[in-house]
Amino acid sequence: MKFPMLEYIGCEFLSLAEAMGAAALMLRSVLFWFLRAKFELRETAKQAVKIGVDSLTVTVLTSFFTGMVLALQMGQSMKNLFNEPMYIGTMVAFTMLKELGPVLTSVVVAGRAGAVVTAEIGTMQVTEQIDALYTLGTNPTRYLLVPRYIAFMITLPLLTVFADFLGILGGCLVAMVKLRVSPSVYMNDIFTFLTVGDFMHGFLKTFFFAFMIATVSCYKGLRTKGGAEGVGKSTTEAVVASMVLVMVLDYFISAMLVAAGI
Amino acid sequence: MIEIKNLSKSFSDRRILDGITVDIKEGELFSVIGPSGMGKSTFIKCIIRLLRPENGQILVDGQDIGSTTSEFTLAKVRRSFGYLFQEGALFDSLTVLENVSFGLKYLTDKPKSDYPRIVREKLALVGLKDVEHLKPSELSVGMKKRVSLARSIASEPKYMLYDEPTTGLDPVTTGMVKDLITDMREKLKITSIVVTHDLKLALEISSRVAMLFNGKFVEVGEPAKFRQSENPEVKAFMEISDLSRK
Repeated sequence: MKFPMLEYIGCEFLSLAEAMGAAALMLRSVLFWFLRAKFELRETAKQAVKIGVDSLTVTVLTSFFTGMVLALQMGQSMKNLFNEPMYIGTMVAFTMLKELGPVLTSVVVAGRAGAVVTAEIGTMQVTEQIDALYTLGTNPTRYLLVPRYIAFMITLPLLTVFADFLGILGGCLVAMVKLRVSPSVYMNDIFTFLTVGDFMHGFLKTFFFAFMIATVSCYKGLRTKGGAEGVGKSTTEAVVASMVLVMVLDYFISAMLVAAGI
Repeated sequence: MIEIKNLSKSFSDRRILDGITVDIKEGELFSVIGPSGMGKSTFIKCIIRLLRPENGQILVDGQDIGSTTSEFTLAKVRRSFGYLFQEGALFDSLTVLENVSFGLKYLTDKPKSDYPRIVREKLALVGLKDVEHLKPSELSVGMKKRVSLARSIASEPKYMLYDEPTTGLDPVTTGMVKDLITDMREKLKITSIVVTHDLKLALEISSRVAMLFNGKFVEVGEPAKFRQSENPEVKAFMEISDLSRK
């Protein structure tokens, strides 16, 4: 007697288990080569430019306008509630530093740089360039994955700091022009209520996000099959998975950091 | 010497290689022919362990790499191999100079200052000049293949594996690649394995030819003996290739 539904669930479960096993093996290999191999400075710098510097424009625009809209909406809400735009700086800075800065930057990097990494490794996979690396005396994990992991881990936190600053600056602009709040009051609101711990809360999260985006992008790239169509499919899957996982991880890491008092 | 014993490989439920046993002697030029999709590329990918066989031994100079999982053992054995990929497999993000010198960095102890000279020499061997600063996307199919060949011989390997070396090349370049493969064997004593569906090429350059069909070598022999084969698959392939009894 056949149960197609059970068969389907079983197949999905098996492929999930297989994917998790393959990802774990990939991570083991990344750790191994990270500790054993000579540092590929040139390749790492190249990837840092691709992942970090090339994502700067999108990050600037996203964070600046997010800060602006936050100040506008919060200012209007405060006006409606208390007849005065109070604590705009505090609210914009809190939101940017703890949540929107790291999350938005990670989403932007996952969509832009994550897609580039998956497409590049995927294309190398379907055109036998990965095999060529083995025949030319190096390991793809060493040459491709480790530099990308390092580049993600360095650039995403830096981009986030940049995004935090620009978001607060955007908020300041709107507070000044639209809400008639002076910059000194806006800054005073920030420095009175915010602590280094608030900044660290958001900053620490980016390392987890960077590691996750690097893992998803590299894994999907290496598992690409089936020519150009396969590269497109892998890239889409990597971007969607990274974006969803940023949101999911965000809750759990936040809860963990809160529990740890950060 | 490469000794292959009872080599088997399957994809899903399909048996691609079914218990292949063959010895490839030092300095030999061994060609594997057969129709497309019969597992010729799988065969050489197993030899260099880009694919892991299910069964069998692959002894390279006495070292069995058929079942080893040690990345270092494999890397050590792969050092003695050069591999020409079917589509070239040049690294898109690197220039021709960087592509050809790639193996020099990881496979040899040659000083970096020697790379441009070695690259120019190897490119000249495959009939290319002044292309060092071009990217693969700026090269024709034939040029890509020749750059790839230059890359695989740059580290002066002991064994060369050629996957369809003349596919996609014009007759002049085909002749050049053919001469190069022969020269590598005669002058440098490089042991070569060529997989091709170009029977004419295989019969002209090889010391031995094997026909792969349904996962097995249905005929192995010197070109002259191979031409006289009574095996129905070999005869059919010769007829299709228009080389019957020529």
